[in-house]
Amino acid sequence: MTDGPQFFDEMFGRGETPRRPYGPFCDWFASEDIARLRRKSTEAEAFFRRTGITFNVYGQAEADERLIPFDVVPRVISAREWARLSKGIEQRVRAINAFLHDIYHRQEILRAGRVPVELIAQNEAFLPQMIGVTPPGGVYTHIVGTDLVRTSEDEFFVLEDNARTPSGVSYMLENRETMLQMFPELFTRIKVQQVQNYPMRLRRSLAAAAPRQCPGKPVIAVLTPGIHNSAYFEHAFLADQMGAELVEGHDLRVADGRIAMRTTRGFTPIDVLYRRVDDDFLDPMSFRPDSMLGAPGIMDVYRAGGITIANAPGTGIADDKAIYSYMPEIVEFYTGEKALLKNVPTWRCSEPDSLAYVLENLPELVVKEVHGSGGYGMLVGPAASKKEIASFRAKLEARPGNYIAQPTLALSTVPILTAKGLAPRHVDLRPFVLVAPDRIDITPGGLTRVALKQGSLVVNSSQGGGTKDTWVLED
Amino acid sequence: MLGKTAGGLYWMFRYLERTENTARLVEAGFRIALTRPDSAKDEWASVLDTIGVRNAFVEKRGEIDGPAVVDFLLRDKTNPSSVMSALKAARDNGRMVRIALTREVWEATNECWITLTEALARPVRERDLPTVLALIRQQSAQVRGALHGTMLRNEVYDFARMGTFIERADNTARILDVKYYVLLPSLAQIGSSLDNVQWETILRSVGGQRAYRFLHGGDISPRGIAEFMILDGRMPRSLAFCTRKISDNLGYLEIDYGQRVDSHDKVDRLLGSLTGSTIDQVFDRGLHEFILDFLSDAASLSQQIATDYRFTG
Repeated sequence: MTDGPQFFDEMFGRGETPRRPYGPFCDWFASEDIARLRRKSTEAEAFFRRTGITFNVYGQAEADERLIPFDVVPRVISAREWARLSKGIEQRVRAINAFLHDIYHRQEILRAGRVPVELIAQNEAFLPQMIGVTPPGGVYTHIVGTDLVRTSEDEFFVLEDNARTPSGVSYMLENRETMLQMFPELFTRIKVQQVQNYPMRLRRSLAAAAPRQCPGKPVIAVLTPGIHNSAYFEHAFLADQMGAELVEGHDLRVADGRIAMRTTRGFTPIDVLYRRVDDDFLDPMSFRPDSMLGAPGIMDVYRAGGITIANAPGTGIADDKAIYSYMPEIVEFYTGEKALLKNVPTWRCSEPDSLAYVLENLPELVVKEVHGSGGYGMLVGPAASKKEIASFRAKLEARPGNYIAQPTLALSTVPILTAKGLAPRHVDLRPFVLVAPDRIDITPGGLTRVALKQGSLVVNSSQGGGTKDTWVLED
Repeated sequence: MLGKTAGGLYWMFRYLERTENTARLVEAGFRIALTRPDSAKDEWASVLDTIGVRNAFVEKRGEIDGPAVVDFLLRDKTNPSSVMSALKAARDNGRMVRIALTREVWEATNECWITLTEALARPVRERDLPTVLALIRQQSAQVRGALHGTMLRNEVYDFARMGTFIERADNTARILDVKYYVLLPSLAQIGSSLDNVQWETILRSVGGQRAYRFLHGGDISPRGIAEFMILDGRMPRSLAFCTRKISDNLGYLEIDYGQRVDSHDKVDRLLGSLTGSTIDQVFDRGLHEFILDFLSDAASLSQQIATDYRFTG
């Protein structure tokens, strides 16, 4: 057994009886036949495949579309727990937006010495092109996915602030849709807060952040890199559900000081562009000149206030892993309050003392690339072989500034359904936060990712992770 | 609607149609191979000509022989007209325009792709060929059924239909282009009218052998076949039928958009050349020239539609 009682299980706590939020589910589950439930999960898989809810894996040409495995046991969060979490998330997201505005304007936080200047000045995620630019409505991060992990009854940590282009929301929606279809009886028994209106909330939130000059109903479009992008399904899904156009770079051009899309009847200006293209590729005239994915000239239009780009260019400076370690200070600096959600203690390998500590304790630590994502290029000390640790050590010594390290957290587990019944697996949670000029709106639920391999702590879908429906209960 | 979306719909349905047409040509070739083994090799060569991939085939596979041709036409990823390539292109376009499709159309397309990818994962054994060909027909029929049954009759539908009919007209004309000589009077004297392999093959490759018999009874003649495939407005794969459909769809778009485009004039001229002719006039002017003119007009019509509706930037 790798998963002893040292891990907090969200269904059973550290004992045998279900925790309260799971009570009604466990009653239902006890009366169910496991074979039937297993059959249902196979059905769910067929449904996902037929619908084309797949993601593309880079560098694997043959199996280039894969399913993310779906587990039928929901992850349940009580209304009380959720209320606490959302307060913390809201505070953090508010601080992130204030930080971004500050960092691209007066840089008070640097002057106050709370965040070191080098961290900003030498950071690739900092966009000089954004200096002095205020986005329409003052919103930088229209959509945030705050990654949370839990370690005990009362302890949650923020693992990452995804402030660029967080993905996964389509899985939150399709997972719920699947559960509703497979187990309608559960939803009459248990009152679960709905997530299905997320696309409408997103639309409302984006529309509220349209440029001030925008008359009437704003025209919204989703910018995708195209059908070969790993999250293409989600781009199409969101455009479809919001009633927005799905555009690619070559559909766009500048016309009369606006960004316009080529339609069968001519060019139509866009007010809000929900872009799912990275900063680097957004505008070949301002960033990477070889980019075919963006719209040449969009930055000029943007700076002149002619379009809203969601999320704003340059927000990556707020979710950079080196900046992450300063989040408690950042929250306090801009809100005047202590951060409600904890940060995971983080060693910045750029600092000699920290580096020494990290090198000494590699087998116990998780080491991540500062700019990495998706679970690539990271070391999970306790799960790594001696050889892997040795080769990672070399990389770390060569470029210490490129890494941060964190203790290996005792991530909570939630059971999944296996052939033998329920078995605990580690999970994390990504709630989706919408920011409009006048409000922050958090959809009650999110994407629960689960490491399907026993004992594994890596939940990324590209590394064998699956997903679960996430239930936030009504009061 | 985005120009790209219009183009995506148009090409999605062109490729779907191509999938079906290639399968039908394989079916006709296979039939000959079974019933008239002596003519098999010539027939496979003319199937490759019709699809325009004879050189590519010879380069890649060498000597023409049945199983190799079948494999090349059904499965070969380097052959852009193979069933698998065309289907993949259809689905890629479908993914691109997914938000313009109903869930039913998308799922039918995706399921068609999943099913046929599986059925064509390995070379098809001769004894399985009829089943696989039937599967291709059936799967593509499901996409078409979903389109008819669930889509709004609006611009989306119009672009999808125009793609279908351009491809279909092109296919029928290509079959005639390769086989026109067997319909010429000089040769017609030679074969017996009761048992002319070539005539039967032409009809079979457009799935029209039963329809033709229904309309003409036992009176099977080259002129009858040519008329059936070129001018007969009841025959859903005839040049006249397809051209009229495109003109209709452009007409609906004209009402919708309040603007007449150049391709509409172009298609109406083409339609005029078909409806204004009798089959005797076609033969008098030269069947082959007529077909060649049609092919080039259809290609330029396709270009014009792409320009008029801004498929690309």
